[in-house]
Amino acid sequence: MQPIKIALAAFGFTLACSATFAQTAPDPTLVGQGQYLAEAGDCAACHTAPNGKAFAGGLPMASPIGTIYTSNITPDKSAGIGDWSYDDFQRLMRKGVTKQGYVVYPAMPYPSYARLTEPDLKAMYAYFMLGVQPVDQANRANGIPWPLSMRWPLHIWRWFYAPTAKPFVAAAGQGAEIARGAYLVEGLGHCGACHTPRRITLQETALSDADGPSYLSGGAPVDGWPAPSLRNENGGGLAGWSEDDIVAFMKTGRNKHSASFGAMNDVVVDSLQYLSDSDLRSIAAYLKSLPPKNTAAQPYAYDDTATKALLSGDASTRGAQAYVDRCAACHGSDGKGYEGVFPALAGNPILQTDDAVSAIHIILSGGRLPGTKTAPSYFVMGPYADVMTDQNIADVVSYIETSWGNQGKPVTTGQVAAIRKTATPVNP
Amino acid sequence: MADLTMPHVDAVIIGFGWTGAIMAKELTQAGLKVVALERGPNRDTYPQGAYPTSIDELTYNTRSKLFQDMSKSTLTIRHKPSDQAVPYRQLAAFLPGTGVGGAGLHWSGCHWRVTPEELKIRSHYEERYGKAFIPDEIPLQDWGVSYEELEPHFSFAEQVFGTSGQAYKVNGEIVGPGNPFDADRSTPFPLPPMKNPYSAELFKQAATEVGYHPFSIPAANASGVYTNPYGCQMAPCTFCGFCSGYACYNYSKASPNVNILPALRQVPNFELRAKCDVVLIETDSTGTKATGVIYVDEKGNRVTQPADLVILGAFAYNNAYMMLLSKIGTPYDPTTGEGTIGKNFCYQNENSIAAFFDGDKFTNPFVGAGGNGIACDDFNADHFDHGPLGFIGGAPMWVNQAGTKPIGGGPLPAGTPSWGSAWKKAVKDNYTHVVSMNAHGTNMPDRENYLDLDPDYTDYLGRPLLRLTFNWHDNDYKMANFMVDKMGAIAKAMNPKAMKVSAKKPGEPFDTRHYQTTHMGGGVIMGTDPTKSAVNRYLQSWDVSNLFVVGSSAFPQGLGYNPTGTVAALTYWSAKAIREQYLKNPGPLVPV
Ligand SMILES: Cc1cc2nc3c(=O)[nH]c(=O)nc-3n(C[C@H](O)[C@H](O)[C@H](O)COP(=O)(O)OP(=O)(O)OC[C@H]3O[C@@H](n4cnc5c(N)ncnc54)[C@H](O)[C@@H]3O)c2cc1C
Ligand code: SF4
Repeated sequence: MQPIKIALAAFGFTLACSATFAQTAPDPTLVGQGQYLAEAGDCAACHTAPNGKAFAGGLPMASPIGTIYTSNITPDKSAGIGDWSYDDFQRLMRKGVTKQGYVVYPAMPYPSYARLTEPDLKAMYAYFMLGVQPVDQANRANGIPWPLSMRWPLHIWRWFYAPTAKPFVAAAGQGAEIARGAYLVEGLGHCGACHTPRRITLQETALSDADGPSYLSGGAPVDGWPAPSLRNENGGGLAGWSEDDIVAFMKTGRNKHSASFGAMNDVVVDSLQYLSDSDLRSIAAYLKSLPPKNTAAQPYAYDDTATKALLSGDASTRGAQAYVDRCAACHGSDGKGYEGVFPALAGNPILQTDDAVSAIHIILSGGRLPGTKTAPSYFVMGPYADVMTDQNIADVVSYIETSWGNQGKPVTTGQVAAIRKTATPVNP
Repeated sequence: MADLTMPHVDAVIIGFGWTGAIMAKELTQAGLKVVALERGPNRDTYPQGAYPTSIDELTYNTRSKLFQDMSKSTLTIRHKPSDQAVPYRQLAAFLPGTGVGGAGLHWSGCHWRVTPEELKIRSHYEERYGKAFIPDEIPLQDWGVSYEELEPHFSFAEQVFGTSGQAYKVNGEIVGPGNPFDADRSTPFPLPPMKNPYSAELFKQAATEVGYHPFSIPAANASGVYTNPYGCQMAPCTFCGFCSGYACYNYSKASPNVNILPALRQVPNFELRAKCDVVLIETDSTGTKATGVIYVDEKGNRVTQPADLVILGAFAYNNAYMMLLSKIGTPYDPTTGEGTIGKNFCYQNENSIAAFFDGDKFTNPFVGAGGNGIACDDFNADHFDHGPLGFIGGAPMWVNQAGTKPIGGGPLPAGTPSWGSAWKKAVKDNYTHVVSMNAHGTNMPDRENYLDLDPDYTDYLGRPLLRLTFNWHDNDYKMANFMVDKMGAIAKAMNPKAMKVSAKKPGEPFDTRHYQTTHMGGGVIMGTDPTKSAVNRYLQSWDVSNLFVVGSSAFPQGLGYNPTGTVAALTYWSAKAIREQYLKNPGPLVPV
């Protein structure tokens, strides 16, 4: 409950006294709110490297044009952003332009942060100046080959594609809860960075629902994990999930339909679990308000044909046999898993689309459901790359994509072989 | 290699098995800054329990992947004080744990509460059978704590472990077909009993037929999805049969790793350091206050960890070992019976019967779970008249089918050769047609069964090894033969085509080559008299009041039941005393 209080109190304060923000000195009373917002924005996900110091940067990010290393955003005067004024800070957050004048790669979701309100930016500035330990760790040169390493084309990219910085305004008729959800999702949460498809020129095809139904309709793989649709739609979206299910997923990484894995884990652990219940509810309400993009998809309906066959001892297809040998102990002959512990495969959103990359990847690499404060158990599915051939995996993925009413498609050994090349085993 | 000193902490815990993990949770919850030191490596469900590689008998059981590394350190064993002890180099009779989770990662899961009478065993026997009934060579003594005092902690431990079972009596009301000999409980089991494999079902029918009272073994193997009071979750057991000696791949068997560690990982005032072998509890110049511990880390550094409170949870006899190495308390002397450290070492007196059936009766021993099965308690504790029998103690009897694997193999009819084609044929004929049952008997202390430091052998750090002097005595032989006779009645009621009875024959010495159990106790026993016990009723050292010694080391005698349920309850009881009494007013909780 604490974070809500901080957030609301700070809101009241900032609205009442906005005149006092003319000066640029960070305000120590805003550090707590800033921290909450930095968690909501999951700044640590990119700016803290594994086993690295908080916010000191150095995390390598694969991009289509080469490796980008995240920067040090601690208040260290030389290595970090310690000598940045509030104005420098807000320009970077909203426009992607650094104090030094160059434009950052659009991996930094400044097009989303452009929506942030002035009071929220002030609070974040206060947190990064006063609430974070300075770390003297120089930024790493990016591994992008010339000529792609030249930053000036990014200016052009920004002129063309990044929206004009403007604070968030609720859409007409949007209630307060949904508006708050929209502000968090479209702004700090920058959910679209992964869950909205990008154009070849890297910009997201939509930055809010107002830009069209491609917003949050599912994005390209992040570290080999495609980001599913977050719209209220069938065929891989959130149509089958209630608001409670969505809240549970964000807070604990798990709910009765599914469990977090892959690139989403850090978002749950570093960010979503810290959000107040009311903010999580707002996000859920907002996501449920997004109309389907894929209007043709049918609602998921459980089909017990595969279950009956397995329970009667019939595992005569290769896929069914592999499923019984490798998967059924945890996910069940009925594909329903065990609530909160082992995710259901029946009806699981990632098995309702044509894209089987996640299913193949998780079988090769294994998966980890991370622990959170309110659900501390972490569950690991071990990697199967060493014990299953491409054929075994293609068989079993085809089986789970098409059993129990799932709407996915069979896959080929070629697809498995391609993903196998880069799949690495889950960390202990 | 260097001498290092770490920053001071409020409490240091030696060992991270069940006792260490429980203490870590309780003390961090009380706001203390806690460091746990574990001699073995980091371990968890993944990778040690990852399916399918964990389902590998050769690696895990035969080659002891998870057990203590005997090439670094072990103990020496002899039968009597006049013998020369030799090191226990090949694991067989017992399988001590190491690494994060301790033996709690690869235990079986039978989860019991000690009976009220056993907690006051001397007074109880004296009252019922007269003082003369207890022979001089059996130094029986009361524990100094009652069942009623422990009851809330038994109950809480069951909630933490997610134990499956059927209660008999809850708050004075009979609630179901549980164990009618059970003492009153304040709560039912958190999960319903596990399903019965066919052999357990046969045992249940036969035991009922002969007039005994069968019930489901309380199992810390989850019969359903479960979330414990710490928020830690378990999934239902699949009866995979690779349970005892293995890390559960399925998050179904309670372990410190599954049921406590995830919650500890969320608290900032806890740190777990693996590969840190504690060599000494340091005391100040008065010898009455511990100042911390010294350990050797992975790199060979000798590290001092100062702390206000020291918790010793290194497992049964290892606790006595650490006390002896640290020269805390007076070592036990078997000739005078004086001294307390190393006294009343006790074990388990297991005897078994295998019943063989025709080829059309399939018992499928490959399925099973460590804590699963049906037991009857008619001859456990003091549920029967010992008067005419002339022995002390008892045995629960059960079919506890934990999975018979290919290398270890199952029982074969008497007279089967141990190799060759006749052996192969017998394996083929019998593997899926046999019911194994055990009488899991108590082992009473004996004046000559004890622990001290070995004068000849040292370990990888140059420490003297611990020396175990242990043998079976009259009481054990008498009980063994009584029990197989009573259990034989159950076996016969199953109408087997053949039976094989394995019971200790009088004079047969302790044999380290065959698995008995890993249920050792005593060595740092609890009690009310500082001249007869090493720790008081709160498991606090009589000699060093900021040292608490938790584990089955506190048991003054062996139990018929497996120990861990009682170990866990005692640990919670001790933690409560630390939290509610000791921290407010550090010092002896019982006047010396
Ligand atoms: C195969 C098997 C099956 C079992 N089945 C059952 C059962 O069904 N029911 C039951 O009740 N009990 C069972 N047990 C016994 C049960 O495992 C123990 O009672 C329980 O684990 C005891 O907890 P503990 O914390 O005292 O010791 P442990 O769990 O053994 O933990 C002690 C830890 O201390 C560490 N340690 C030791 N010395 C040092 C040192 N000097 N420095 C640092 N660390 C040190 C060890 O490495 C170990 O990790 C079984 C045991 C085994 C091996
Ligand atoms: S029998 Fe059950 S509890 Fe034991 S290892 Fe297998 S799944 Fe786990």
